[in-house]
Amino acid sequence: MPGIGRDEWVDSVEARRDEDSGGLGLFRRRIGGSGRRWVPLVVGAVAVAYPLLLRSEFLVRVGVNVLLLMLLALGLNIVVGWTGLLDLGYVAYYGMGAYGYAFLASDQFGIHLPTLAVIGIVVIAMGVIGYLLGLPTRRLSGDYLAILTLFFLQVFVELTLNLDRLRLPFIDRTLSITGGPNGIAGVDPMSILGLHFQRVSDYYYLLLGLIIVMISGLVRLEHSRTGRAWMAIREDPLAAEHMTVPVARMKVMAYAIGAAVAGLTGTVFAAVQTGVFPQNFTVTLLIVVYAALILGGSGSIAGAVFGAVVIGAIPEILRIPGGGRVLFYGALLAGGLIWLRPRRRLVVVGVGTLALGLGVRLMTATWWPEVIAGPQDGSGIGRLFGRWLVQLAPTKLWVANLAFVLLVILVLTAVIAIEPWRTALLIPVVYLAVFVWENRLVTEPSITRQLIFGVLLVVMMAIRPQGLLGKPRVEIV
Amino acid sequence: MEFFLVLFVNGLTLGSVYALIALGYSMVYGILKLLNFAHGDIYMMGAFAGYGVLITFGGPKAPTIPVVLLVIFMFVVAMVFAGVLGVAIERFAYRPLRRAPRIAPLISAIGVSFFLESVALLLFGAQFRSYNTPSMIDVRTGIQIGPVHVSLVRIIVIVSAVVLMVALQLLVNRTRLGRAMRATSFDMEAAAMMGVDVDRVVVATFLIGSALAGAAGVMMGLVYNRVFHFMGFVAGLKGFTAAVIGGIGSIPGAMLGGLLIGMAESFTAGYISSTFQNLIVFGLLIIFLLVRPVGFFGRSEIVKV
Repeated sequence: MPGIGRDEWVDSVEARRDEDSGGLGLFRRRIGGSGRRWVPLVVGAVAVAYPLLLRSEFLVRVGVNVLLLMLLALGLNIVVGWTGLLDLGYVAYYGMGAYGYAFLASDQFGIHLPTLAVIGIVVIAMGVIGYLLGLPTRRLSGDYLAILTLFFLQVFVELTLNLDRLRLPFIDRTLSITGGPNGIAGVDPMSILGLHFQRVSDYYYLLLGLIIVMISGLVRLEHSRTGRAWMAIREDPLAAEHMTVPVARMKVMAYAIGAAVAGLTGTVFAAVQTGVFPQNFTVTLLIVVYAALILGGSGSIAGAVFGAVVIGAIPEILRIPGGGRVLFYGALLAGGLIWLRPRRRLVVVGVGTLALGLGVRLMTATWWPEVIAGPQDGSGIGRLFGRWLVQLAPTKLWVANLAFVLLVILVLTAVIAIEPWRTALLIPVVYLAVFVWENRLVTEPSITRQLIFGVLLVVMMAIRPQGLLGKPRVEIV
Repeated sequence: MEFFLVLFVNGLTLGSVYALIALGYSMVYGILKLLNFAHGDIYMMGAFAGYGVLITFGGPKAPTIPVVLLVIFMFVVAMVFAGVLGVAIERFAYRPLRRAPRIAPLISAIGVSFFLESVALLLFGAQFRSYNTPSMIDVRTGIQIGPVHVSLVRIIVIVSAVVLMVALQLLVNRTRLGRAMRATSFDMEAAAMMGVDVDRVVVATFLIGSALAGAAGVMMGLVYNRVFHFMGFVAGLKGFTAAVIGGIGSIPGAMLGGLLIGMAESFTAGYISSTFQNLIVFGLLIIFLLVRPVGFFGRSEIVKV
C-alpha cells in the first residue's frame, strides 16, 4: 500500500534489480532468489546422495575438495563479500589451522589429542589470531590492507618452509617444528565421539554437515544487526561510522570469524590428506578461492556455494582425458550462442573458422610438412577433425607458443574493435583458440587451469563484477 | 670492514633494482590510487624479453654482436616490451573499471598477475633460465675500491639505474607531460577540467613505470643470473615495500625506499641469517606499515565527504 512518505519506484528497487535479462536472469531467479525454499533442499538432497550414487573413490574425493573450497569461500565471503575488506592472507589462516591440527594430532611432537579438543583449540586460537592480525586493519584502507595481509601469507609460507632447522640457545640439536619443505606426514585421522573417520566419504559427510550448519548460521547472520553493519562498512565506512556502527570493532570481528572458519576447514583438510605440506597453502590456492567467490557472486551465500562447485570441478574435469575437450568446446559453443547475435554472425564465424582451418592445413601440408605430426588414429568425427586441424609434431611446440601469443593479441584487438571487424577477427580467434588448445593446453592441465582463473577474474570484473548470483552494487567513488 | 663494503655494494645493486620497481608502483598509485599487483609480473616479463634478445643474438657464450651493443639492446627491447605490456594491461584490465568500486581493479590486477605468471610458465616452462653473465662479461673486469672489487656488471646496473632515475626526475619536473602528471596526481578531476588529457597521462605513466620495471628485470637477470616465471612475486612485494617506506606517490621516496630495502636485505643476509632474510624484510615492512602507513615522504590523505 502506498502510504505517506513511500515511493513506489523506490519500493520496487529489489524487483527491478532482479530483472536480469535473458537466460542468466532466469537462472538467477531460480537459484539465487531467496524466495524459493525448494532450491536449497534440492541442492542439499543431491549433495547427500552424491557419494551414495557414485561408488567411485576419485569422484568422492573431488566432492571433498569442492566442499573444502566451499567452506573457504563462505568464510572469505564474510570478510570480502560482506565487509569489503580485501584479505589476501586468508589462505594463511587455513594453513595455520591445518598445521595446528598436525601439531596436536601426529607424531611430530608425540601429541595425540582427541579430535574435538583439537578442533576446539584450533578454532579458538584462529579466532584470536584473526583478531590480533585484524587489529592493524582498523587504521588501514583497502589497498594497504590487501598488501599487508599478503605479507602475512608470505611470512606464513616462509616460516613453514624454514622452521625445520631452528637453532635455539642451550639446545645442541636443530629443532624441526614444521618439517620444512617435507611438511608433516602421518597425521591422525579424525574420530569424533567414537566415530572413526576412515573412508573419504566419511569426511565428505562431515564437511557437508559443517557446511549446512554454516549456511544456516550465515543466512541468519546476513540480515541481522551484525550482517547489516558489515555491509554498511563495505558501502561506506565513513557513513557507517557516522551512523554509529562501531567500524573498527566490526572489521576485526569479520576478520576473526573468517579466520576461524578457515582454520576449521584447515583441520579437516589436514585429516583428509593425513599430512600437511607448505605447497598446499600458496597464492595459487588464494586465487582459486577468490575465483570461486567472484564467479558465484561476492556477497552472496548462494554465490559462494555455486562458485565453489564450478571452480572446484574445473581442474578435475581438465584432469580426465577428453574432459577438457568437452568443457572447452562446450564453452566455445555456449559463448557463440549467447553472444553472437544475430544468428548469422554465428554462422559466419563457424563457416569462416572451418574454411580458415582447411586453408591453413593445406598450406602447411604443402610448404611445411615436417610440422605436422604423423597420421592420427581415430574414427568418424575425430578423424575428420584430425584432418582439419594442424596437429603439431612434438618437436615443433614453439609454433603453438607463438600461436598463443598471437591469440592473446587478437583477442585484445577484438575487444576494442568495432563491427564488422570484430566478427571478422573472431574467425582467426576461434581457430587459434582451437589450435592452441589441442596442441598445447590439453597437455598442460595445471597451467591451463591457472590461465583460466586469471582471465576469469579480469573478465568478471569488467563484465559482471557482481558475479553470476550477486546483486549489482553501485559505489559512490 | 671489507665484508661490510661487499655487503654495501651488494645492497646498492639490489637497492637500485628495487628502486626501479618501486617507481612504477609509486607513479601508478600517485595517479590512479591503484595498487598495480601485476607490476612485479611486468618486471618478470621484462627479464624474459631480455633473455629472448640474448638468445636471439647467439646466447651469452658466443654473441654475434659486440657485448656492449648486446647489453644496450637487451635493455631497450625489455623496456619497450614491458612498457607496451603495461599500457595494454591498463587499457584492458583497469580502464573499464575506473568508475567501479575500489575493490574491483584490485581483484582484476590479481587476475592479470596470475595470468602473466601462467603465460610465462606456458611459454618458458618452470625451470630457471640463466643469462649466464660471467661468460659474457668477465667477472674480473671492474674497479677496485680499496680492498673491495666491484664487478663491471654491478657498475652497469647501478649506473644505469641512476641514469634512469635522473631522467625520470627531469621528465617529471621539467616537461609539459611531467607537469600534467603532477597535476593529475594532485587532483584528477581538476586536471581534466584544466585541459589535461587524463587518459594520455595515465597511459604515459604506465608506459614509463612499466619500462622501468622491464629495465629492472634485465638488471636482475644480469646480476643474479636467474630468470623464472615466479620471480615477479617476491620482487614485486619488495618493490611495493620500498614504495610504501618512501611514501607512496613520491618519486624520491621510492628511490630512497628501494635503497633501504636493498641494504636491509643485504646486511640481513650477511650478518644475521640468509634463511630468514625474506622473513626479516617482510617483518620490517609489516611493522613499518603499522607504525607509519604514509611512509617518509607521504602525506596523510584527508578523507573528503
